This record gives sequence, structure tokens and C-alpha cells, in this order.
Amino acid sequence: MAITKEDVKNLADLARIEIDDKETEKMTKEIDSILVYVGQIKEVKVTSEKVVLKLHNVMRDDVVTNAPNQYAEKILRNAPAREKSYLKVKKIL
Amino acid sequence: MIDISTLTIFSARKKLDSKEFSVVELVKTYLDEINRKNKDINAYLEIYNDVLEQAKMADQAITRGEIFPMTGIPIAVKDNILIEGKTATSGSKILKGFVAPYDATVIKKLKSQHAVFLGRANMDEFAMGSSTENSAFGVTKNPLDPTRVAGGSSGGSVASVAMGGALASLGSDTGGSVREPTSFCGLVGLKPTYGGVSRYGLMALGSSLDVIGPVTKTVTDSEILWDAIKGQDKMDSTTYSEDVYPKNKNSKNKSLTIGVPYHILEKGLRGDVRKNFDESIEKLKKLGYKIKDIKLPNIGYSLAVYYIIMPAEASSNLARFDGVKYGLHIDGNDLLSDYLKTRGMGFGEEVRRRILIGTYVLSTGYYEAYYNKAIHLRQTISNDFQKAFTEVNAIALPTTTGPAFKIGEKASDPLALYLEDVFTVPANIVGVPAISIPSGSVNDGGVDLPLGIQFMAPHNCEELLFEIGKKFLGE
Repeated sequence: MAITKEDVKNLADLARIEIDDKETEKMTKEIDSILVYVGQIKEVKVTSEKVVLKLHNVMRDDVVTNAPNQYAEKILRNAPAREKSYLKVKKIL
Repeated sequence: MIDISTLTIFSARKKLDSKEFSVVELVKTYLDEINRKNKDINAYLEIYNDVLEQAKMADQAITRGEIFPMTGIPIAVKDNILIEGKTATSGSKILKGFVAPYDATVIKKLKSQHAVFLGRANMDEFAMGSSTENSAFGVTKNPLDPTRVAGGSSGGSVASVAMGGALASLGSDTGGSVREPTSFCGLVGLKPTYGGVSRYGLMALGSSLDVIGPVTKTVTDSEILWDAIKGQDKMDSTTYSEDVYPKNKNSKNKSLTIGVPYHILEKGLRGDVRKNFDESIEKLKKLGYKIKDIKLPNIGYSLAVYYIIMPAEASSNLARFDGVKYGLHIDGNDLLSDYLKTRGMGFGEEVRRRILIGTYVLSTGYYEAYYNKAIHLRQTISNDFQKAFTEVNAIALPTTTGPAFKIGEKASDPLALYLEDVFTVPANIVGVPAISIPSGSVNDGGVDLPLGIQFMAPHNCEELLFEIGKKFLGE
């Protein structure tokens, strides 16, 4: 076994995904067989040469490029909950 | 009556420009066909309510003489590509009710040519799958045999064209999601060079792999649609300018060599599928191509590398779906349980699985053994391809290991479904362009089902693929 039920439960917590016990069990089996398959690369020897990439970072000046409120309302309209021009979430502290 | 069965983008262009029929008439013909067929096939998730208005505007553009190759051409758009003001859900419940705030660059380009968008096409949730069985909105059936899958993840895009419900469509290809379904449905599918087409406005799956590609009936059409959407874009920094990759020089004047890595065809391929491929190779020889047996020593690791890198990137990309910014929100006791519930219920099974795998291969303790190793091996595979392209102009492989499979046949074994991508993922790993072209058919359970042959070329050498493809199909 490459992975246990507890590992999967922990991964689900890390990834902020709620899964029940039955699914954890099923997922453990499936993820295990996938990890065994992809794990074949662990034994391969590779030479780690430096490669010069063809593409480079594209930078621009940090200036406002859109008109005021050009997108704000459209974006806020997609939010499940809002208050004025804020996204609304539950109290954190 | 317009005969849409033989219509192509190329032939429709002439008929629209000579006013043999109008865009409105053409679009109405497609809407009728969609009405008749979509209920069974489930290619479209939505038909846009402004299709006839779009068509009228295209007619006016033609009357004004403002004619581009895509003017008035009715197309379907995969559900993960944004059109301003329209719903886009990536085949997922978690994006319920999401309305795109802007146009994807490919859409902007097509709008400037007055193309007509018919509707959004079904897909595997977040493009994770090879059969469209992972869509939250039901499977897309293969129009050639409705007991079978249309392929995926761009199954809806491909089925819309195959059922006569669009003249062409846009899909996205992360590991074969344009090529595999086109192969299953007897169409032409192009995965352009990585960075050749802007992904601005495409919902990300694996950002180092994703590319938008055309689904068409002919290679000529593929070139027309590719030409309309390609090019550097300041909104996607991975797009390249024309001078980044050296151009293949006047290939038309010399005899081309096509490489075949026979060593990876030895197992896992059905006899009749192998026979079909060998016949295609014979055909290429008759057309004047030299065939060379080549070795790609590490290509066998492509699938393993892919199923590490893609989930790793997907798990990062899908972190944004939190029930706060957009889409579904399921209420819990506190913010944390809002996240857990929204993501637990909003994401389908395959998406949850891949996020967990991605989280695993990126986590402390496993990063070196899986993700980092995969990155190195990816470079090794790329070097193999680079070396091969010094000996051959293009590489040929079957697109898939077999024809379209039955709905449900591979649904219970995720790994079996992953193995479907074995011949298509290398092009995404390496970033080179690849095209799938119909190569005849095999009989499966009393039904003739299409197969595809795939050609790959060096970066930015799509023209070479079109040249080979046109010759192969006699266009």
C-alpha cells in the first residue's frame, strides 16, 4: 500500500474537501492503485541538467489598466453573498 | 434546404458570400438539427438565446463586405471557455450560475470575425476525463452509436459537430481532450503548440499543459479555425511571439520523413487497431513520405509523468473554488466548514480524487519522489523528442488504443480510463502540436467505428501537420 485511509483523510482536510468514511475507503483503494502506477517513475534515473527556457516572464508596470467599476459589479454579481462592494464571509476571529 | 451533412467552413464561406443562403438560414438549419438530436446525444448544455441576433449581425457584416474566414460560421464552445454575459460551468455543479464577466481571447478574436456561437458544449467536469461520463450534467453520447461514449473531455464539442449540430467547435486539450473524442467520432482535432493559442478566459486544469484547439470536419477547416484563434496575447504570458521557434523551411519542396516509434506499439493495441495503423502508414508511403522506425526511449513514462503533473496543477488551480467568490455555496457552522461542504459536495468524484492525488504529490515528503521527479522526466522526454525531430519531420502514432468504448465500460476503474490517454499525453508533456485525423474504421460489436491517426510536429509547425493531414485525406 502506498497510502492509508488516514493519509486520505488528512489529504482531504488539507484540500478542504469533506468526504465521508465510505468514500474515504473507496478513494484509498483507487488512489493507491494510481500512485502505484505513477510511482514507476521513482526508480528511473534522470540527469538533472539546466535547461534554458524559451519563454520568459512578462512584466508590465503596476498601474490601473481598467476603468473604475468596469468589472466590479459583474464580478460581485457572481458572489454567493455580498454586502455593498464586499464579498461576505463568516466571522474568522 | 441546406445540406449540412457535406458542409464545411470552407464550402459554407463560398455559399454565404455568394448569398446562396444567409447566415440566418444556415443557423436555423443547425438549430433544427440540434432540436432533433440534442435530447438524445446531450452535446449541448445550453443553446444561447441570442443566436439569431448574432446571425443577423453576421449577415449584415457580409452585406457590408466585412468578410473574414469565420464570418457567419456557427460553432459550439466548450463549457470552460468564457463568453461575456453567458453562463459557463466547466461541467461542474460548483460553478452553478456563474456568468462570465469577460470574453476569452479566442472568443474575442472570433467575435471580431463575426462567428456565431450556438451554445455551450458538455464536458467532463473541469476537463478531467476521457469520456464525458464525469460531467455533472450527464454523459454525451456518441452520435455514431449512442450506446458508446463520444470521448472526452471535449465530448460535447465533438458530438455537436458529429451530430450535425455545429459546423465546428472549440475544445481544450490537456492530455488528449480534443484528439481522443475527434478520433472516436470521425472528425479532425488539433492540439496546437503549447502557448500557440491564448488561454485567457479558459478555466485552467493543468496550466503547463492546457491549450485550446479546434474541432472540425476537415483539415482545411482546422487550419481556418486555428488561424482565427492563434497568436500571442498579452493576457496570457505563456503565448509566444512568432520568432520564438524556428520555422520549418519550405517543407513542400522536399520529401518528408515521418517517424514511427514502433517500440511503443508492441503491446496494448488490439490487432485490428494495429492493422488500421499499419494501413495508414502504407498509405503515407504511397503518398511519397519516407517512414522511419524511431526510438523515444522514455515515452513510456509519459502517462505516469502526466498523471503526477496534471493533478498537482489541478489541485492548485481548483483551490479558488471556495464558495466565496462565485458559484455554489453550501453553508456550514463556520468558514472552514463552508469550504469543506462546498468543495465536498460541489466537486464530482473524479475531481475530488485528482485534487487529493495532486495534494499528495505536492506534499512534504513526497514532492521529491513524485512531482520533482516527474518534472525532470518531462524534460528527458522532451529531449528525446527534440532528438527525434533532428531525424524526422513528423511523428505518427494511433490517436487511441481502440475505438469508442461503451458507456459505463470503464467507469468503475479510474486507472483504466487514464490509460486511454497513453498516445495523446506525450504531445502535451512536450508541448508540441498534434493533430488527429480519421483513418478508417474497425468493426466492434457489429458497428463500424472510426479510428484516428495522430501526427506530431516540432513546436510551432502546425502548417506541417495540415500539409500531411490534407494529403492523407485527399483534401
